[in-house]
This record gives sequence, structure tokens and C-alpha cells, in this order.
Amino acid sequence: MRNFLQVMIDAVALGSLLALVALAIGLVFGVMRLINFAQGDYITIGAYALVVPTASLTPALLIGALPVALMVAGIMLVVVLLALATERAAFRPLRDSDPATLLISSFAVSYFLQHLVMLIHTGRPKSVGIGQALTTPIDIMGLRVPGIQVVTMAVTAALLIALVLFLKRTPLGIQMRAAAENFQMARLLGVPANRVIAVAFVISGVLGAVVSLLLVVQTGTLSIRMGLMPVIFAFFATVIGGMGSLAGAALGGFLVGVASVLLQSYLPEGLRPFRDAFVFGLVIVILLVRPKGLIVIGAARERV
Amino acid sequence: MLDITDLTVRYGKLTALDEVTISVAEGEAVFVVGPNGAGKSTLLKTLAGLLRPAAGQVAFQGRPINGGAPERLCRGGLALVPEGRHIFRTLTVQENLAVGMMIRRDKAAAKADLDRVMDLFPILRDRFGGIAGNLSGGEQQQLAIARALLQRPRLLMIDEPSLGLAPLVIDQVYASLKALNADGLTLLVVEQSTARVLDLATRVHVLRGGRVVLSDTAAALATGDAMEEAYFGYAGQADA
Ligand SMILES: Nc1ncnc2c1ncn2[C@@H]1O[C@H](COP(=O)(O)OP(=O)(O)OP(=O)(O)O)[C@@H](O)[C@H]1O
Ligand SMILES: [Mg+2]
Repeated sequence: MRNFLQVMIDAVALGSLLALVALAIGLVFGVMRLINFAQGDYITIGAYALVVPTASLTPALLIGALPVALMVAGIMLVVVLLALATERAAFRPLRDSDPATLLISSFAVSYFLQHLVMLIHTGRPKSVGIGQALTTPIDIMGLRVPGIQVVTMAVTAALLIALVLFLKRTPLGIQMRAAAENFQMARLLGVPANRVIAVAFVISGVLGAVVSLLLVVQTGTLSIRMGLMPVIFAFFATVIGGMGSLAGAALGGFLVGVASVLLQSYLPEGLRPFRDAFVFGLVIVILLVRPKGLIVIGAARERV
Repeated sequence: MLDITDLTVRYGKLTALDEVTISVAEGEAVFVVGPNGAGKSTLLKTLAGLLRPAAGQVAFQGRPINGGAPERLCRGGLALVPEGRHIFRTLTVQENLAVGMMIRRDKAAAKADLDRVMDLFPILRDRFGGIAGNLSGGEQQQLAIARALLQRPRLLMIDEPSLGLAPLVIDQVYASLKALNADGLTLLVVEQSTARVLDLATRVHVLRGGRVVLSDTAAALATGDAMEEAYFGYAGQADA
């Protein structure tokens, strides 16, 4: 029982992390039908911004050397600016193109950013010690839980609540939801296209930065592919959640994370290396049963 | 108020509107009727800024507006209720109306207008906090019109207000349009059926295959079959 609870805590922590990534992808998809694979590189670059840009494998800290609040703000700033820059340079000119063109453009941006990081930092993983105090387990009712997992869950919960309040209670948030459901209709009513899209990218940058920091603290390493797995998992999460539904994205991220930890823990030893295949198999099964995802919004993709 | 001159719109090679010339004067209720694929929706989408014309001019209140972005044009006083209504289904009725009011700077007047449109369409008051996707077709049409009215447009464009509605509901929608027009709101309405047009129209244009094949005042069209003949493309009308 105790073991099961430990596993569940792992599962919820990973689920929370993926929910954040899935939300970032879902939000941008909502307003411009772009599946932004570069979201993974936002995460990677956010993490690398912690250290001095060199080829060294044990680099000195840069933004990571700042006091926590400044460090968090600094990484957020870097990733938000990066997200806005990619929107401006690569996605805005293609805004009226079909989703396939946008998707390919996001692959191109992703490769570009990945190689940029490789050029500066080399392709080899680096170790970085940030927030090590958080990795020591704390005792919660007899369970030994690494502090970072508690932080991950708390931060996710806080961000989810903040995002829901923003989307439900503020005029800009309501306009974002309107635009995510029917972009052209929102424009007809005066919602400025540029602004809503920029805000979606800002939020995806903030979420990406948070994920960067959580991942670095959890693993203590930087690698140029660190954003890739979360983004692929989160992509499947948004698909099973129902493309275009933010609640679906969060739910999907959560489910995919939980499923992958449970499979990791309870699959027979010999099958564990194929865990991801099982996760993706599960995704396919869900899509066979519910082709439009778990949460379907009416005529979301019908356009004016 | 609105002057459309030789407007041509293409989708790739297909010419959906071919040198269309129509004008709308202040206070009028102008109708554009035509069969499926005539180009009616294309016309309204172009006027609202969703499509770019290949040629021709559009002037609104004396200023050229060709190719303006929809979010700019609506601030200039042009509102479109598109075909199929396009309410935000996942938002509440209140939130739909709030998006409609977002361009208003005079918040107090906007609030008073909100009361007025809810007097006009009482169902919206009853369902204010409810999810808009749960409204019936007729209720959604009322919400779409109310949302557009809250923009306080100078010209309200509606694409097929009667689409998919029961006759009784169409009567209601037309009665409210008539009241709005009597109050001074200029209307440009597109319909596929000619059935109710003459109840409300001051001027009617028949569109077929992207061309205007007949334009006349409603009074002149009330007698005779000219409108039906043009609509169905009987002899002699096709290249009018
Ligand atoms: N997005 C598009 N791409 C290509 N062709 C289009 C597009 N939209 C409309 N068309 C074509 O342009 C022509 C005019 O279409 P439009 O929607 O304006 O007709 P309509 O008069 O509104 O018809 P309906 O009464 O069926 O609504 C049609 O031949 C249609 O097939
Ligand atoms: Mg049409």
C-alpha cells in the first residue's frame, strides 16, 4: 500500500508536469491551429539559460546564480522572449497557411533552436546543481517524498488555478477563450489577432520556463533533448484530451503522465524498456474509442 | 453609407464575385438574395474584412476600407452576423455578450445597451449565465444578433438570418430586425429565400453566379415576378 502511494505521488507529479506542457501546446493550438513542437526547445533553452554559455561540461551558473525569485523571473523572461521571437519570425508570416505548413515550420524552428544550443553548449549532457535542497525527501505521513515532487504539484496547482482565473474572470482571458474556439468570429467582434496570439505565446513561455526549472531540479542535468519527450507526451495528451479544449489538454497531460509512471512501475520487468510504446498504444486505443478526444467542443473547428 | 464598386473576389481560379456594384444608404434595409453558391456569403465576408478583394472598391462612410482587418473594421461601425451564427458555444451567454461589447469605450452606455438588447431578446436574460452551446437554434440566432448590436454598429450585416429556423422563429427575428431598422439601424441582409424579403427590404439585389442580375426598390418588386425570374435565371436575365 505504502509502495502504491509512493508510485501514485510520482505519477501525479509527472502528470502535473505534462499537464503544464500540454496546456502550453493547447493554448497556442487554440488560437492559431499551430502544433508548436518548438515548445520543447523553449524548455531546453530555458534550462540552458541557467548556466554560462560555454562548451564546458560543468559550466558555471549564470541566471542560475541569482536568488530564487530573480532566477525564476529571469528564466521566464528568457523563454517568453524566445517564444515571442519565434512567433514573430516564423509563425506570424504563416498565420493564414494551413495547419500542415505551420506544423512543418514548427519543426524547422525546433531543429534550428536545437542546433543553436548544440553549437554553443555542444551536444553532450551537462550537470548542473540547482535547488538540490529540494531533492532530499521530506516525510509526509510516513511517506518519503522528494521535495521537488511536492513543489511540482504545488506549482502546477497554482498555475492551473491562475490560468483558470485568467481565462474565466478577465476580459482578456474571455477573449482568448473566444478566439480559441472561433478565431475569425472573435476578430469580427474586435479581438485583435496579434494580441491574442502574443498572449498565448507569452503564457506558453511562462509555462515552458516553469517546466525547465522543475526538470533541471529533478534531474540535475542539461541535455539538448530534455524538452523533446515532455513535448511528445504532451502532444499526445492534447490529442487525447481533444484538440482545442484546454481542460482536455490538462486532463490528457495528467493521464499520460500517470499512465507512464504506472506502466513503469507495474509492467513486468522485461517489458519496461517498451513503456513508451505502451503509453502510445494506450493513446491509440483512446482515440479509437473517442476519435475526437476525451473532451469535445461543439463546432470548434468550423470557421466563419 | 456603403458603396461597393466593381467588387471582384476570387478563390484561386474560381471567381465568386464578379464586378458587383451595390450601395446602401443610411437607414436602408438592403437585401441581397440568390441561390446556393451565388456569392452572398463571400460578399459579406469581404465587406467585413475576412476576404481580400481581387479588384474593385469598397467605401464605408466615404472612406475606402478594402482589405482592412476585421478587428479594425468593426471598430469603424461595421458588424457582421455570419452564416451559421458562430456564437461561442463553450462560453456563457454573458461572456458572448461581453466579447461583443469589448470595442465599446463608453462602458456606461454599453451597459444600458445590454439592458436594451435583453429587453429585445428576453431569452438572453433568462439564460444569461448558461452555456451558449445549449441554446436552441433560434436562441443562438438571437444571441448572435444581440452580440452584434452591442458593438453599436452603424451598419449591421446579417448572413441568412432565417437559416435553419422554424417559421415562427423567423417571424420573431424579422420582427426584431424591422424594429431595429425603424429605430434607424442600417441593414444589409443576405437571404437565400425570397419569401420574407419584401416585408423588410427597401432595396433588393439578386445575385447569381457572382453577378448582380437585378437591382430594384422593394416597392417596384412587390408587383410582378421580376425577382423570381432573375433569381431562377429565366431568359434574358443572365447577363443583365
Ligand atoms: N473557402 C472557399 N474556397 C473555395 N471556394 C469557395 C470558398 N467559399 C466559397 N467558395 C465558392 O464560392 C462560391 C460562392 O460561395 P458563397 O459561400 O459566397 O455562396 P452563398 O451565396 O453564400 O451560398 P449559400 O446560399 O449556399 O450560403 C461558391 O461557388 C463556393 O463554392
Ligand atoms: Mg452563404
